[in-house]
This record gives sequence, C-alpha cells and structure tokens, in this order.
Amino acid sequence: MILGIDTSIGTAVAIVDPAGRVLAEVVSRDPRGHAEVIGDLLVRVFREAGVDPVEITAVAAGMGPGPFTGLRVGIAAARAFALGRGVPLIAVASHDAAARAHVDPAYATAGAAPVEGEPVAIVTDARRREVAVSIYRVERGMPVRLTDAHLVPRASTEPLALFGAPASELPETTSISAAALARIAAERLSAGAADASAAEPLYLRAPDVTVPAGPKKVGT
Amino acid sequence: MTTDLTRSEPLVLGIETSCDETGIGIVRGRTLLSNTIASSMAEHARYGGVVPEVAARAHLEALQPAIEAAVAEAGVSLQELDAVAVTSGPGLAGALMVGVGAAKALAVSLGKPLYAVNHLVGHIAADILTGDDVEYPTVALLVSGGHTSLLLVRDLVSDVEMLGETMDDAAGEAFDKIARILGLPYPGGPEIDRAAASGDPDAIRFPRGLSRASDLAAHRYDFSFSGLKTAVARWIEQCEAAGESVPVADVAASFREAVVDVLVTKALDACAQHGVPRLLLGGGVIANRRLREVALERAAAAGVAVRIPPLSLCTDNGAMIAALAAELISSGAEPSTLSFGADSTLPVTEIQVRG
Ligand SMILES: [Zn+2]
Repeated sequence: MILGIDTSIGTAVAIVDPAGRVLAEVVSRDPRGHAEVIGDLLVRVFREAGVDPVEITAVAAGMGPGPFTGLRVGIAAARAFALGRGVPLIAVASHDAAARAHVDPAYATAGAAPVEGEPVAIVTDARRREVAVSIYRVERGMPVRLTDAHLVPRASTEPLALFGAPASELPETTSISAAALARIAAERLSAGAADASAAEPLYLRAPDVTVPAGPKKVGT
Repeated sequence: MTTDLTRSEPLVLGIETSCDETGIGIVRGRTLLSNTIASSMAEHARYGGVVPEVAARAHLEALQPAIEAAVAEAGVSLQELDAVAVTSGPGLAGALMVGVGAAKALAVSLGKPLYAVNHLVGHIAADILTGDDVEYPTVALLVSGGHTSLLLVRDLVSDVEMLGETMDDAAGEAFDKIARILGLPYPGGPEIDRAAASGDPDAIRFPRGLSRASDLAAHRYDFSFSGLKTAVARWIEQCEAAGESVPVADVAASFREAVVDVLVTKALDACAQHGVPRLLLGGGVIANRRLREVALERAAAAGVAVRIPPLSLCTDNGAMIAALAAELISSGAEPSTLSFGADSTLPVTEIQVRG
C-alpha cells in the first residue's frame, strides 16, 4: 500500500494498492491550514481505506512547486511517516501528478480521452503575479515531461512552446491528486526506484531576503 | 490510541522548530536520552538576523537526519516511543509548521499519542532534566533572540503566568543589532561579550528601558530594547561626527550592562514582589557570562536561589519539549487532538494545546 501526500495547493492524502488502485482519497481545498488538517486527513484516509499504517510500504511526497509554507508541511509529513514506518519515500513533482490525472482515464479530471502526441501544460498559481508551468506530451497514453516546472509572469504575452498561447490563457490546475501521485510512486517502485527522502522541494525561488546595507542613520 | 499510554517514566520524542534550531530530544520521564540539535545559525549570519524562510527550509532538511541521530543516540526505536511531542508555538509560523506536520505524521505512522506544547513552558521544563529536585513556585527569566519573558511558575503543567515580556526587540536581537552597528559579526551575543571584556561597563550611561517610575506603573515586568538600540546608535554617530574614534570596548560593555541590569533588576523585583526566593534562567542569551555573573551576585544578596540549566538545555531544543510532554503525561493529561496548528503567538497560559 502506498500513501500519497501533497500540500502544494490544498492538502491531499490518498492510499493506493501496489497495482495503483485507489483505496481512499481525502482532500482539503483550503489553500492554507495545511498544518492544521494534515493529521486528521491522514487518520481519515486510513479509516476510509480500511488500511492500518503498518501496511504502508512506501510514501509518495508531492515536491511542488507550490507556496513554500504549505508545501513544506506535506513534505515534512511524508518524510516523517516514511521514517516512522521505515519505508522508502518517493519524491514526485506535483505537476507530474496533475498531468497524470489530466490524461489518465482512471482519474477522469479531463473528461476527454488524451490525444496521442498532444502537448499538456500544467499551470499552477505561484503567487506574486507568476504561475508555475510544466509541459508534457502524451505518449502511449501517458504524460512525458518535456519542460520542468518554471515560473512565468502572469502578464507575459509570450506564447509557450508547443501551445501558441501564453501561460495566462491556459486553464489553471487548482488541485493535485494525491492518488495520481501515489500511483506514479507505485509504478516507479515496481521499476526499482530507490528512497528519495533527501530530494529537494521545487521552490523555484530563492528565499526572499536582502543582505542588509550598512546601519541606518538614526539622526540626532 | 491512548488506552495503553504508559504514564510513569514515558518514553517521549520531542520536536522543536520554532526558530533557527531543529531540536529533537528523547527523554524517559525525567531522564535525558538524547538532545540532538541542528542549527541554521550560520545561514543567517550574512543577513544579521534569523530569516524566517531560510529557517523553515533548513528545518525541513534537518528534521529527518536529526530524528535518526536522536534515536540512534538514545538507543531506542521509534516503535518503542510512548508519545510524540511538538512545539505548537510561540515562534515563527512557517518554521513551526514544519515540525507540526512532521509530528502529526510521525504520531499517526506509529499509532502513538501526540502532545502539542508551549515553547516557553518547554524552556522551564528543561530544568527538570538536570536531575536536581526542582521546587515551585519559581520566577523564570527566559531570554533569547526570539523572546524575552518573565514568568511566574506555580506548577509546570497547570499554572504558569506571564508577568511581562518585551514590547519590541528580544534581548538577543538587541545584541545582534548593536553588534552590527559596531561592525561585529552575527550572532552578536558572543561578539559583544568579547568586545566588552576590556571595556568599562560604567563608561557610558545608556538608558534602561521601561524602568522609570512612570513606566513601572503599567510595565513593571515588561522590557523594551528599541530605545536602547537607538541611544547606542546615536551615541556612536555623535562620536564619529566629532571626529573621534569609537571606543568599541566601552560601548559594548556599557550596552551589555544596560541590558543585563534591566533583566536582572526586573527578575529580582518579581521574586521580591511575589515572595518567591527562586529564579530560573533559560534561553540562549543565558550564555552571556556577564548576565549570569550579575544575576548570581545580586540574587545572592537578595536571598534568591538561581538555577541555570546547562547551556545545551537553555538554547532551543527538543529535549525540553519532550520533558514537558512527559510531565504532562505523568500528571494524567490527555493527548492533543490532531487538529491543532502552529500558533506564533501562543499564550504561555496554554501549556498544552489540546487542538
Ligand atoms: Zn526559545
């Protein structure tokens, strides 16, 4: 059983079986309050899945991008859970889960079947009048990442490669599927993925600090 | 989840991430098994103070290795724990949330109860781990880069009162800012101490914040260091404007004396006023030699017994969080629910956050 945790937008927690079947998924859409809800959501997902924490064999962590403060809560929780159970942590880009949910009929968020060779842009809010964008192409029914997550100004009129449209005109993803996240981890595990608990979050921005100039004059 | 909780000598792991130290402590009752600390202090040096986002990032990277190191040092397994404890506040919100998220998931993964506790009361609990008998009531003076608080502790797990706190900068922050004005590196405390060694503490009479009769009425036990900081900066500017070289040693010694004087004076006033002949010191600024010296000297004259835990338990650490939770468990306190959050302004009266 694989536990998926993502707090890059709201707070999403899911449990999938090794074949990737979703046993339970619970979500808080609140873009804040990740630290408040994470514990209760974990308890609920285990209850709804009818699974005990000792049955978890790996934990999938959504590594962002997303607002830093919330994003860290999920990564910290995923790492601590994996440590508590002594199981591997699989780090997954949150946009990968969104792209997967977009094209995989198992998650059916798109409504339409994916078109082979078609590009998929995952666009999420990055605050400060920017969006985070990753670009995928559908190959054999699955999204393959062509461009890693990067920041684009909302006001940018520059068309994205393959799309002919600027990021601001593309639909924005407003939730990440923890089930898709866990399913990606399940597949990577069966392909032999190793523990990635040291993988870095996708912050995409340096910490917002400025080195202070000399002391300010206070006057007399 | 709580039915089989061992209430005597519980084995508790504490997680502390309220400022720039990632602290993981493991205690068995009042016995310290590990006090593992990873500090991001060096990463803040170039900014001259703790940068919240830098601290929060560092907590996330340090947590897992620190837990692994603590468990190894304590010679226990996570499965053996009776409970997990975490700082809910006060502190930097984004930093606290890293610890809260990790603690909740760790508790659920292990099927163990979780205790969310108050950071400041944790500082008082650190004293229990020294192995000496602790007597209450006691006045506690907690001084660090994040807080400057004067507390009256009648009972560690049920009755802690805030007598006063800083209205602006924490004392540790004042040391950092004055160090910067004097061109000394961060953190300022040890640098000011070093510079002050050859200086005259009485060379310059810097103001003692909130110590005038008119201030004492409303702020008898409160502190203020921003006026002092301005006074020092102004004094240096005037000195430079007059074309004189700044007597760094005298400025450092006189500044430090002003801080120490007001801290000790108010702490001993609290002891006298409340008829409590005991004073507990805690927080990282307790490392300041002059503060310890003056506190011991004047307390002795006032008939007040001073307790100072070892410095590794005075600075922010997870052992004090575990120790407080262990005391709560022994006293019969039920675990917190899982719905508490990080509370950057958690009042000291909330010793445990039930959630
Ligand atoms: Zn502290």
